[in-house]
Amino acid sequence: MFKWFGKVNFSPFTKVSAFADHLKDGRVMGSRCTKCGALSFPPRADCVECMHDGFEFFEISGKGTLHTYTKIAVAPTGFDDMVPYTVGLADLKETGRIVAWIGETIPEEEIKIGMEIQVVPRIFEEREKIKVYYTLEKPGTTWSKTDSMN
Amino acid sequence: MARVGIIGIGHAAFGRRSDATVQELAFEAFRAAMNDAGIGRSDIDASVIGSVPEYHKQRSLAGVVQEYLGLNPKPTWLTEVACASGCAAVRTGWMSIMAGVHRVVAIVGCQKMTELETPEILALMGRVGEVQWESIFGTTFPGYYAMFARRHMHEFGTTHEQMLSVAVKNHFYGAKNNYAMFRKEITIEKARDSDPVASPLQVFDCCANADGAACVILADEERAKALCKKPVIWLTGMGCATSSMSVLRRPNLVGLPSAQIAAAEAYEMAGVKPTDINVAEVHDCFTIAEIMACEDLGFCKKGDGGKLIADRQTYIGGKIPVNLDGGLKAKGHPVGATGVSMTVEIAKQLRGEAGERQVPNARIGLTHNVGGIGQYTFVQILRRE
Ligand SMILES: [Zn+2]
Repeated sequence: MFKWFGKVNFSPFTKVSAFADHLKDGRVMGSRCTKCGALSFPPRADCVECMHDGFEFFEISGKGTLHTYTKIAVAPTGFDDMVPYTVGLADLKETGRIVAWIGETIPEEEIKIGMEIQVVPRIFEEREKIKVYYTLEKPGTTWSKTDSMN
Repeated sequence: MARVGIIGIGHAAFGRRSDATVQELAFEAFRAAMNDAGIGRSDIDASVIGSVPEYHKQRSLAGVVQEYLGLNPKPTWLTEVACASGCAAVRTGWMSIMAGVHRVVAIVGCQKMTELETPEILALMGRVGEVQWESIFGTTFPGYYAMFARRHMHEFGTTHEQMLSVAVKNHFYGAKNNYAMFRKEITIEKARDSDPVASPLQVFDCCANADGAACVILADEERAKALCKKPVIWLTGMGCATSSMSVLRRPNLVGLPSAQIAAAEAYEMAGVKPTDINVAEVHDCFTIAEIMACEDLGFCKKGDGGKLIADRQTYIGGKIPVNLDGGLKAKGHPVGATGVSMTVEIAKQLRGEAGERQVPNARIGLTHNVGGIGQYTFVQILRRE
């Protein structure tokens, strides 16, 4: 259920909806075109290389390096309770890039462009409410359920 | 090849315009442009409105503007590509004239941004980026440019001080522009003391939402020569390109591919080189954006944009004067109006009407209007014969 994905979700319906189910089970998935084999992260249902409309998910290792980052002090609706928060953009080992919060295993003074990071699934469950997301953490960090989204 | 010329220019004051609706702002700019051209509404074949609809309560804006300008039953339509909607309107007007469909077209960029309540602004702000994979982490417009800034610093040693120098320059010139929102010079100390927005960017790295409008009247060569008593300013290089919506799909985060491609296209069409440009208006929505623009346009090597401003080469008398109207930073950024406002400023410079901001003997000028985080870029080269 893609509506689970993100603190605030803007696009509940997508052909790659199962991404969020995998994430809930602790797996971060990219997509592979079933015709030409092109990889994509974030996943996409339709191949940008050959225009084929068939794809399969594959699990990414979550290993990557930090490309750039910013500490956001002025937040949009839905994120004001987290201010300030740091958004990182990382190059993934297998393919593509990822945007996510830099998590608490990396203290602010240790954040450095080029540092190795691990994409870690986060699952937040509260009664009927499920939210899944991921953070950028120190290599070796394993995924976990979490009791807050900050 | 057929040619399209600017025969009239008009500008409304930018800022918090609590005295006017968006169509009233459009009228100010349109009326000024019509007076400047010395023509009447019967001479106009069509209008193109550059604006971003989500800021307005009024839906289908082109209709209300067309009525208020008194241009019914002439055709009109809206162009929207975020902050580049203005130059998209210029390009659309140019296209319609080049195609021989219309002969004289009014291009009206107009926007009212201060009517929205803060919660509405904050909600819009959260959907600037690609919403499926990025906005869910609270990414913001300054946040994206901050990530470019951080990477630019990392790769080229650009400093935040150099970025703030862009703001100092643009306020220096904005203080001399009657239409600017902030008509006050600032010091680097003041800029450095401003509040953080998205590190390394602070308040003085960011342009401000504003209300405003600008208008240019375009005509084919024959009509331009017949109608225009002032020097005609010709649109001689019209470049336009896109880059991925998602920053995750960009080749790098130190420039805008759309700007580089649009620039190459514009230079080729105009038959000029970056060193031939006498004056430029670039899209400084954030200070780092002006630095990257100077590089993407070939005013300096990639990575040398910080040095260019530090050496004061973008002031009058430098290698390439940039944003002599104060830029988005000091003039304000009523998104749909911005590209048309750039076009007005360059036309003014090429006519020699820019007063104390005038670049002596400017003959060739350039506008660089970016939508979003470089998803769309228009580069347009204007020339006086
Ligand atoms: Zn394929």
